[in-house]
Amino acid sequence: MKSFAYSRATSNAQALEAARARGTQFLAGGTNLVDLMKYQVEQPVTLVDINHLALTEISQIDGGGISIGAMVRNSDLANHPLVRTNYPLLSQALLSGASPQLRNMASTGGNLMQRTRCYYFNDISFSACNKRAPGSGCAALEGYNRIHAILGQTDKGPTSGETCIATHPSDMCVAMAALQATVEVEGRGGRRTIPFAEFHRLPGNDPSRDTTLREGELITAVTLPSAKFAKNAFYLKARDRNSYAFALISVAAGLEMEGTTIRSAGLAMGGVAHKPWRIPEAEKALAGQLASPENFAHAADILLHGAHGYEHNRFKIELAKQGVVRALTVAAQGTSEVA
Amino acid sequence: MTPFTNKPSPSQPHADNTEVLTDVLEPRICASELNAESAEEIEELERHGLLSEISRRRFIQASSALAASLAFGMPGFIEAQEATHNATVTLKVNGKPQTLSLDSRTSLLDALREHMDMTGTKKGCDHGQCGACTVLIDGRRVNSCLTLAFVSEGAEITTIEGLAKTSDPKAIEDLSAVQAAFLMHDGYQCGYCTPGQIISATAAITEQQKGELSIVSWHSGKNDQPELTDDEIRERMSGNICRCGAYPNIVAAVRAASKGASA
Ligand SMILES: Cc1cc2nc3c(=O)[nH]c(=O)nc-3n(C[C@H](O)[C@H](O)[C@H](O)COP(=O)(O)OP(=O)(O)OC[C@H]3O[C@@H](n4cnc5c(N)ncnc54)[C@H](O)[C@@H]3O)c2cc1C
Ligand code: FES
Ligand code: FES
Repeated sequence: MKSFAYSRATSNAQALEAARARGTQFLAGGTNLVDLMKYQVEQPVTLVDINHLALTEISQIDGGGISIGAMVRNSDLANHPLVRTNYPLLSQALLSGASPQLRNMASTGGNLMQRTRCYYFNDISFSACNKRAPGSGCAALEGYNRIHAILGQTDKGPTSGETCIATHPSDMCVAMAALQATVEVEGRGGRRTIPFAEFHRLPGNDPSRDTTLREGELITAVTLPSAKFAKNAFYLKARDRNSYAFALISVAAGLEMEGTTIRSAGLAMGGVAHKPWRIPEAEKALAGQLASPENFAHAADILLHGAHGYEHNRFKIELAKQGVVRALTVAAQGTSEVA
Repeated sequence: MTPFTNKPSPSQPHADNTEVLTDVLEPRICASELNAESAEEIEELERHGLLSEISRRRFIQASSALAASLAFGMPGFIEAQEATHNATVTLKVNGKPQTLSLDSRTSLLDALREHMDMTGTKKGCDHGQCGACTVLIDGRRVNSCLTLAFVSEGAEITTIEGLAKTSDPKAIEDLSAVQAAFLMHDGYQCGYCTPGQIISATAAITEQQKGELSIVSWHSGKNDQPELTDDEIRERMSGNICRCGAYPNIVAAVRAASKGASA
């Protein structure tokens, strides 16, 4: 690990001021950042510990939604009465991720900002990784790409400086995408609100950037709109072992039902792209329709449109389609009927 | 241990054992050692994405520092190197505050094991993947390998050494219910993962008593006040890997302890 200076911030203003210096990173739970520092993938000059900021509240907001402080831990968020009752999709997604120990440490802001688990990004002994070393190429494209993207990736060959088939590994973010959350951030120039769909980005021609957060900006909260999917929600996670493993594919499905008819839907996939994968047309296609296997399969086709796999991850395309149908089917049966 | 990835191993440069060695040595290498190498050269290597080359060179430097200290019989040689960011930190472990001078890079795990002589807490993977390093911070279970010592200043840290009812337990009655249950149920083989398992189980039982959910609670429709069924125990204990596969007995021990029994 590279040496770094450590400081503790006790106010947002202090944290933002400290973040002006080059090479400064905020330290929340540390479960991703400290890990990556050990691998020398991240080499901050200064760490600003934000664990003592007053960002730990979950509160109701006008219009019926909730606001989640950036330092709320994943375990506390999953177990908060408002989340359990109104946003079971989020609780399920959180509890599907990592381990109890890690969830006690992991924060809401840190989870949003966690980096890809691409083997080649995480191991500096591979020289080609456009995300870690811009312009160096992509070792995953012709490497072992089982956990990699099938949608929205940039593929211009292994030596192109634009190629990237990394995925965003978060479970929490997939639920937040389906719930149409917004991210509240604060910079030295003021505050702004970023719709969830615009927070994470596709690699485009710059795979080094995961999000649209600007240098030095602090995430202060995530807000969720009023709950629509409390009664019919299911988070499906397919992985190589049943616990303590990242998703190969995951599906967050929320339905607002009227008898057997769908009034509205929230639908997103994880493990398939550089960001949580949500196509509003798939949700629209479900609205007003019967909760039937055919309609679910149609939504899956819209979501998976244009999917392209590689040597080791082609199976994900069919797995994702089946996963979408399954998640919607279980959601339609009711949140507490999932067994 | 890398349970998350079927990672293809890179042909170079570090086999597992070198990685461990680098880990042990690296925190003690100070910036001046690298001065021999021009900053430009490093930048050039970085520009070409040749980070592995940089890390290889650092490793060689570290190894020669070690070799030198061994050859000249100066065990304090590496330790005496000035670390770049040292500071005084007070850690409160099992009720007792201790003030240490630590490099900012020191994990809570290394602080406990290397600086406080508390070797009960184990290092398995050093990357959050095994749970051997589990401790309680303010009553919550966390991985001490991913917790920086500086971050845990001001918190109440509980390790396996602090679980028993007395400071010097002599009989099974002196142990905590979970410790006793692991003994009674043979919840281990080699015992390496056991401190982490016991700390984790202690917290898991408290969490369940507070009504906290796991994904199994949702999947079994018990998302109100879940009971500690064996499925629940397995899921809630899944942050602790046992390489010996003592899982059935671990589940039995946790089940017994959760019912207030040891046997
Ligand atoms: C073994 C293991 C298994 C895991 N399994 C899963 C899994 O199955 N599913 C899953 O979803 N996740 C999984 N995770 C990832 C885990 O969820 C993330 O590491 C965690 O959410 C990161 O949160 P943190 O608070 O620890 O972030 P940190 O590590 O502290 O920070 C991560 C990044 O976010 C930045 N950051 C943090 N807070 C803010 C803020 N408020 N504003 C701006 N920037 C900020 C930091 O600067 C840093 O760049 C796993 C992790 C490990 C180690
Ligand atoms: S040593 Fe393996 S999780 Fe910390
Ligand atoms: S008893 Fe040997 S690793 Fe668990």
